[in-house]
Amino acid sequence: MTFVQLTGLVAALPELFLATTAMALLIFGAFQKEGIKEDVATCRIVSGLAVISLILTLVLVLTVAGERRLAFGGMFVVDDFATYAKVLILVASAFSVIMAEDYLETHGVARFEYGVLVMFATLGMMMMVSANDLIALYLGLELQSLTLYVIASFQREELRSTEAGLKYFVLGALASGMLLYGASLVYGFTGTTSFDALATHFSGPDISVGVIVGLVFILAGLSFKVSAVPFHMWTPDVYEGAPTPVTAFFSVAPKVAAMALFVRVMIGPFGELLSEWRQIVVFISIASMILGAVAAINQRNIKRLMAYSSIGHVGYVLIGLAVGDEAGVRGVLIYLAIYLFMNLGTFACILCMRRAGRMVEGIDELAGLSKIQPRLALALAIFMFSMSGIPPLAGFFGKLYVFLAAMEAELYVLAVIGVLSSVVAAFYYLRVVKVMYFDEPVEAFDRPLGLNLSVVLTVTSALILFFFAWPAPLLIAADVAAQALFR
Amino acid sequence: MTTFPILSVTTFLPLVGAAFILLIRGTPEEVARNARWTALWVSLITCVVSLFIWFGFDSRTPDFQYQEEAQWIADFGITYRLGVDGISMLFIPLTTLLTIICVLASWESITERVREYMVAFLAMETMMVGMFSALDLFLFYIFFEGTLIPMFLIIGIWGGPRRVYSAFKFFLYTLAGSVLMLLAMLAIYSEAGTTSIPVLMTHRFPESMQTWLWIAFFASFAVKVPMWPVHTWLPDAHVEAPTAGSVILAGVLLKFGGYGFLRFSLPMFPVASIELAPFVFGLSIIAVIYTSLVALAQEDMKKLIAYSSVAHMGFVTAGTFTFTPQGLQGAIVQMLSHGLVSAALFLIVGVVYDRMHSRLIDSYGGLVSRMPAYAIAFMVFMLASVGLPGTSGFVGEILVLVGLYQVSPVAAALVATGVVLGAAYMLYLYRRIVFGKLTKDGLAKILDLSPREIAVFAPLILLVLWIGIYPAPVLDVMHASVENLISQIDAARGSALAMAGR
Repeated sequence: MTFVQLTGLVAALPELFLATTAMALLIFGAFQKEGIKEDVATCRIVSGLAVISLILTLVLVLTVAGERRLAFGGMFVVDDFATYAKVLILVASAFSVIMAEDYLETHGVARFEYGVLVMFATLGMMMMVSANDLIALYLGLELQSLTLYVIASFQREELRSTEAGLKYFVLGALASGMLLYGASLVYGFTGTTSFDALATHFSGPDISVGVIVGLVFILAGLSFKVSAVPFHMWTPDVYEGAPTPVTAFFSVAPKVAAMALFVRVMIGPFGELLSEWRQIVVFISIASMILGAVAAINQRNIKRLMAYSSIGHVGYVLIGLAVGDEAGVRGVLIYLAIYLFMNLGTFACILCMRRAGRMVEGIDELAGLSKIQPRLALALAIFMFSMSGIPPLAGFFGKLYVFLAAMEAELYVLAVIGVLSSVVAAFYYLRVVKVMYFDEPVEAFDRPLGLNLSVVLTVTSALILFFFAWPAPLLIAADVAAQALFR
Repeated sequence: MTTFPILSVTTFLPLVGAAFILLIRGTPEEVARNARWTALWVSLITCVVSLFIWFGFDSRTPDFQYQEEAQWIADFGITYRLGVDGISMLFIPLTTLLTIICVLASWESITERVREYMVAFLAMETMMVGMFSALDLFLFYIFFEGTLIPMFLIIGIWGGPRRVYSAFKFFLYTLAGSVLMLLAMLAIYSEAGTTSIPVLMTHRFPESMQTWLWIAFFASFAVKVPMWPVHTWLPDAHVEAPTAGSVILAGVLLKFGGYGFLRFSLPMFPVASIELAPFVFGLSIIAVIYTSLVALAQEDMKKLIAYSSVAHMGFVTAGTFTFTPQGLQGAIVQMLSHGLVSAALFLIVGVVYDRMHSRLIDSYGGLVSRMPAYAIAFMVFMLASVGLPGTSGFVGEILVLVGLYQVSPVAAALVATGVVLGAAYMLYLYRRIVFGKLTKDGLAKILDLSPREIAVFAPLILLVLWIGIYPAPVLDVMHASVENLISQIDAARGSALAMAGR
């Protein structure tokens, strides 16, 4: 291997590092002694090392950031957009591993594979957001998806968890199939899988109907991955069935990755076809917002509630994509970052909902929490108000920038439907606050909360609460990342 | 003096106090006592600081004064910008004064979760003062909407039996109106490229756009004022809110709507305002007459005063859209007067509610024989609410009617019936509660006002009489700004006519 080829790999250095450490950790875990006590110890060590290697990967990502670099013959790209998405993904994954530790130990599933699987999933996501070719896209997507199917059924003795994994697998495989079929159609009609070549091709005059059909299939596949209506059916069941820390992970990292991929594919190779796909994205955006708002009203299980809430949030994010310009993408990226911290924090609260070692998931179980555990209640209230988009909390700014993009692009109907559905959605977020603050208390949850969860809760709630004081770093980063796509 | 950021200090001092209260440690009794005293001192200091804004205010110029600017979200043109003019300035002392009164009024009646209660009120004060002094579109929106969270919690936690329903209704009604305003603000930003309110006030928006923007802002302000037919959240919220919650709701939150019309709708969309003024008059007339009649039939004291609020705010909206100096000044004075009087009336109800735990008019009667001081205080505010000359209510109502008469004598006549009906329901209320024989159970041992309650009512009585007898200081403050606003509208009217004539 010559030196030139090696320098070409610099762009993929973080991914290579993550893959190597994940495999090393897998081998390390496999050679440990077995037994209940030993398993817990191994799990702790591997989780700790997983977090450390995720953080090191983050450092590497920031190190190679800067100019646009290609690797693997142009199939893999690193630009500011990819860097921004990768930072979010790595933060989400690291938080997810930290949050899961208590749960895994108390539920008898303290297996070291958890940390390793999250690392592999993260690797897949990083490949997704760096994909510059339909083949690379599929490779990253499948690495991520297959790992997620396994994590969903991580509590393999429990019916709900295995069912969730199976459901996710069957429907996910279907979506992957659609995506692959769409990709093959696009390849068949254009003769290339490279994003750059596709973009050049579409700037030409002759666009065949076959490409449009392929595009629609790709859209359907990606909509499934971001759980947008009408491909959302798996979300509530998988969210409810999967172990709670896994749900927490599902609701952030893969969402960010899939949404970033969605944006890259639509803006990059298919950017010239904006007028063709905009109406589809507008439709799925409106449908997601309305369904997310209306269907959540009657939920009694907080994990299902969060599933519908995430569908709704995807709808708002898709507004930014539907706009399809720099301001729109910036809105998407800001929203994703804020959404990530809101969701992580909310799930940290849900993970605290435990009585005598057992998880409880009913919203009514939160009754009177503000009197018994005021800090936990305050944190959850902050997240709920933020999710409903009430200023001065961070969630408001997320919505502000997507709606700003929509108004500038004169997508008035989309914006009006968006804000009105956010009012409907506010109802169910407020209901959680109502149960915690207005109802009479029931039993307290298990105390203490555990160091890991307390740290996550403090960090995320402080970020959401005080975001307004110094929003510039995130806004500037998102701006730079969005510009990278339009160069 | 010019470099001292007095508006920021007034705005954020309560928030600092709230943070301080959160840090209090100790037994529940100690925490409650310290929270009360801290809240009282913080609100007192804030009020004193806000008085300096008034004393240092130069009423000869319509410009924004005490301007402060700091970069905030630079690449989106959003700046942290504060300042007051003659229209907004007086609301700041009103807010800070009412906050003190709220803290005092809740001294004994709130016994549970005192710490959270005081934190909520101080946070409210920050939002309210910030709202009146914000000179940036998005900063305004943040303060405007930010009040929803503490108010939702105040109604929901410390409210009456149907508090959950009322809190949700309040929150969702207001939110539904405001999100449309948010979209309008985004449209303004993308059209004009700035979020600075002083710049936007002179920006000429295309006429087709003005109407839409006006409607979107109207959706938000009409709910806040509240105007008929979107007023139904108000009686519910008032009835269920704790006394101090009603005071701040009636005293300050309702003024957000009226202030919004004066700050945004009139100067930014003058053509749309002129075109849609008859529509506003229609709604105001219905509000004044219909809600007065509804008030006449109420059995619940708080509900009656809530409906009277809707009627009085009808005067405000009618006065605002006359575009005459008298009408606009009348609207502002009416808002200030209503802020004092309706707040005081809710406190009056709170006094007997704390003793008897009933808001029904039927449970009272003949209170004058046991509570003479109470009867006097009640009488002053009742007459101020009716608009008797010599009280602040008269100044506001007569100015509004004079202004309205110049525009439409019919509308003035119809709105004036509200004064008569107001006298009817207020006197009727007063007669049933204060006069008559003391026959009801439990009233025999009812106690008159305590020194704390006298301390609450005394400043309100003085202010109501002061504005009523010698309103010049108040009118002088707003004069230049109101004249400036009217000349702006006249200019727009002139150019619109020129366009139409061409």
